[in-house]
Amino acid sequence: MPVATIAGQEIHINDEGYLTEYDEWNEDVGQELAQNIGIDMTDDHWAVIRFLREDYKEKGETATTRRVDKVGGFPTKQQFQLFPKKPGKKMSYIAGLPKPHGCV
Amino acid sequence: MTIIPNFDDDDDDEGRKLAIICSKGNLDMAYPGLVLGNAALGEGVETHLFFTFWGFDMITKSRMHDLKFSPVGNTAMHLPMKDLRVPQALAPMPGMTGMATKKMKEQIADLGIPEVPEFLDQIVAAGGHLWACRMSADMQDLDETDLRDDVEGIINAADFMEMTKGAQLLFI
Repeated sequence: MPVATIAGQEIHINDEGYLTEYDEWNEDVGQELAQNIGIDMTDDHWAVIRFLREDYKEKGETATTRRVDKVGGFPTKQQFQLFPKKPGKKMSYIAGLPKPHGCV
Repeated sequence: MTIIPNFDDDDDDEGRKLAIICSKGNLDMAYPGLVLGNAALGEGVETHLFFTFWGFDMITKSRMHDLKFSPVGNTAMHLPMKDLRVPQALAPMPGMTGMATKKMKEQIADLGIPEVPEFLDQIVAAGGHLWACRMSADMQDLDETDLRDDVEGIINAADFMEMTKGAQLLFI
């Protein structure tokens, strides 16, 4: 398992670059991950990321875009605006979570 | 070492494009196109759904809430529990379609997957395009006012061919 230095910390990641340890993430790490993929974080971005972190803690799996809409209250359209083209993957990457597992 | 996932953000010029032809109006056959279309949009793929023949029911206001799943003619159908098959002789009995439809809707809802109209709402919100087939509209004597408001147009076969130039195609 590769180890990367992100925001000055040693972080475990998988072959694709997604974090593998929930507890190694903090918002400084999230900030750097966002920069890596060209996203400037605003309060709106952080609100989505915080929901994903909380939801994962509770459910043990990454919320799909549908769940982020229905449970988190962030409309699909907004998700595509904040995290263009591949919201599901980009959100989970920045949040330090695995890619969503569900189909919908 | 840092690994950054490749989200293919630079592929704009040669962007992937997908067209899905939805030709069936059964509840079970409505979903494959919706699931794949939704997944494609989530991967940044330009996605067009074209509704034709019985698939028209998915976008027709008066019918879209009432798609059915029938065990008739489906020899592969088994009951949700165990591996019990439904004998074909029983499949056309009164009430079977209603029962099968209800059960399937429950199973789909249990997975957190929306009903067909709401699923199409989500697809449109994600940037998907909905198109209706001219011949199907004419055959059923329907026009734009009978269809979901977000259907972008009733188009003919030639329009569809033109629009899907270079696209990958799925016929369902």
